[in-house]
Amino acid sequence: MSSQRSFEPCASEADIISTVEFNHTGELLATGDKGGRVVIFQREPESKNAPHSQGEYDVYSTFQSHEPEFDYLKSLEIEEKINKIKWLPQQNAAHSLLSTNDKTIKLWKITERDKRPEGYNLKDEEGKLKDLSTVTSLQVPVLKPMDLMVEVSPRRVFANGHTYHINSISVNSDCETYMSADDLRINLWHLAITDRSFNIVDIKPANMEDLTEVITASEFHPHHCNLFVYSSSKGSLRLCDMRAAALCDKHSKLFEEPEDPSNRSFFSEIISSVSDVKFSHSGRYMLTRDYLTVKVWDLNMEARPIETYQVHDYLRSKLCSLYENDCIFDKFECAWNGSDSVIMTGAYNNFFRMFDRNTKRDVTLEASRESSKPRAVLKPRRVCVGGKRRRDDISVDSLDFTKKILHTAWHPAENIIAIAATNNLYIFQDKVNSEMH
Amino acid sequence: MMLSKGLKRKREEEEEEKESLAVDAWWLDPGHPAVAQAPPAAASSSLFDLSVLKLHHSLRQSEPDLRHLVLVVNTLRRIQASMAPAAALPPVPSPPAASGVADNLLASSDAALSASMASLLEDLSHIEGLSQAPQPLADEGPPGRPTGGASPGLGALDLLGPATGCLLDDGFEGLFEDIDTSMYDSELWAPASEGLKPGPEDGPGKEEAPELDEAELDYLMDVLVGTQALERPPGPGR
Repeated sequence: MSSQRSFEPCASEADIISTVEFNHTGELLATGDKGGRVVIFQREPESKNAPHSQGEYDVYSTFQSHEPEFDYLKSLEIEEKINKIKWLPQQNAAHSLLSTNDKTIKLWKITERDKRPEGYNLKDEEGKLKDLSTVTSLQVPVLKPMDLMVEVSPRRVFANGHTYHINSISVNSDCETYMSADDLRINLWHLAITDRSFNIVDIKPANMEDLTEVITASEFHPHHCNLFVYSSSKGSLRLCDMRAAALCDKHSKLFEEPEDPSNRSFFSEIISSVSDVKFSHSGRYMLTRDYLTVKVWDLNMEARPIETYQVHDYLRSKLCSLYENDCIFDKFECAWNGSDSVIMTGAYNNFFRMFDRNTKRDVTLEASRESSKPRAVLKPRRVCVGGKRRRDDISVDSLDFTKKILHTAWHPAENIIAIAATNNLYIFQDKVNSEMH
Repeated sequence: MMLSKGLKRKREEEEEEKESLAVDAWWLDPGHPAVAQAPPAAASSSLFDLSVLKLHHSLRQSEPDLRHLVLVVNTLRRIQASMAPAAALPPVPSPPAASGVADNLLASSDAALSASMASLLEDLSHIEGLSQAPQPLADEGPPGRPTGGASPGLGALDLLGPATGCLLDDGFEGLFEDIDTSMYDSELWAPASEGLKPGPEDGPGKEEAPELDEAELDYLMDVLVGTQALERPPGPGR
């Protein structure tokens, strides 16, 4: 896998990338950051003239999506950090995406302008009115090419739907509705209606003292517009059918793996908390990430996952320290490749991991300036846990826990991945095997 | 229920879990009748203190991370349960059952802590309840209820303004009448938060004081005073 480019804005907290998302064709890649900005990258079309810049991503547009707000009732500042971006399927020349912070979701429309009319009868080139005595004939204005201008405009603001912090948004396959989930509730919105939403899941107990579980992530099924899944802090997944009832508090299916008694500890619940859930492209499987593993679930089997992959099992003996410094609460995302044969997730020390479901092989790679000059080939890394140590191995105790790869994305069709390492974005491309296998 | 002071934990016990916490805790005094009957709980008790610290730190945030809070509370309950002797521990937050000195002491400390935790969580819901005032449909209504959104007058025009949706007319002053921040105005918090990951959400919002009675407040203060002597714990990479 070769490194293609790294984008490094100046290091400040506002630049910390908080979400990464390819659009449905993979032509565009959107990132959101802590400062409320969205940066969209576009893949350059491959050309024979410049073979080295084939398919590289360049900045396409940057805009301020959310600003810090003040909630006067609670006397609290609402962070502008972008929690999630989701692209809408493209229906015309324009692109649209949803971006959300803790409280407010916004629909943005991205359009291109690459022509402008020239040859007005009453105005000259600069727009000044012409002296009418000089106009001797009428002409029809023609569209002439101009430098590309990308215009982004907010089309909808979906506000005041959530009391708690929004953790997920997901566009329905019907392309008309989408859902947003916070810690305790999930709302269904129509893309065209901003002044109301429909509450479809509510797990808030009558007595807050009885609160023991929160919603951590949710997603619509890619094909069945009536199905969605949400995950909880206790490690369970609930598949819900919106046709069954208006309020989907009762799940259709509950996916839960019984606790392994040999691995039981005070931290069992925390490490079982699901931080991300993603349907496979086929719609047949779900991928979940908890603190130490990624799991593949078959929708037809609720009792346990069909596959479990250890991301960094060497941390199991360090859970106490990780609890102490709060790292145990880190929320890692996970991703499928286009053919659902490989899964990917991030880890610490700027490492990320890929698991091939067919060959059962896995690899650890590092996203860092030192190890990935442009067009360099990434070298697999290894964490040693005592015993024989090879030259380039990293020992568990030297891992840098401040360098966490929480957000990753995989191109929908090709072997191109986007890795967010704090405030740096890395895009890696597998040029040798660019077709799906 | 007061903690007895001046009892330090043994160094060897601390090294087992790479933390150097010195805890003034009666339950570690081998001479104490409750402890004589209890199983060794060195690891549990330092985790207990750490969890209590995290709980308070979390609740101190102007807007607590609910997931973090719930996970810490659940972990604390697990630790509590493991620290109790074999006799059944009453479920939080119901009143304690008295069945022996050990049970009594543990249970009453549980009750005080449970009551504190319960009322702190309840306050959280009151604060959340306040923010729902402009949307009366948010919590009630038939299944599949619509939730109140921005009024039609806002919508696309009010794109980047504050998303409050409603302003109170006269009752604004009354909201803050009973909020007492004196509990949080002392220096106790500074050293305690050192060992924890810095929380960027430490906003300037007003603190909400939990509704504790004096005995519970004393108990909490003692726990906090007792843990003030914490040294900075080492990070996981060492």
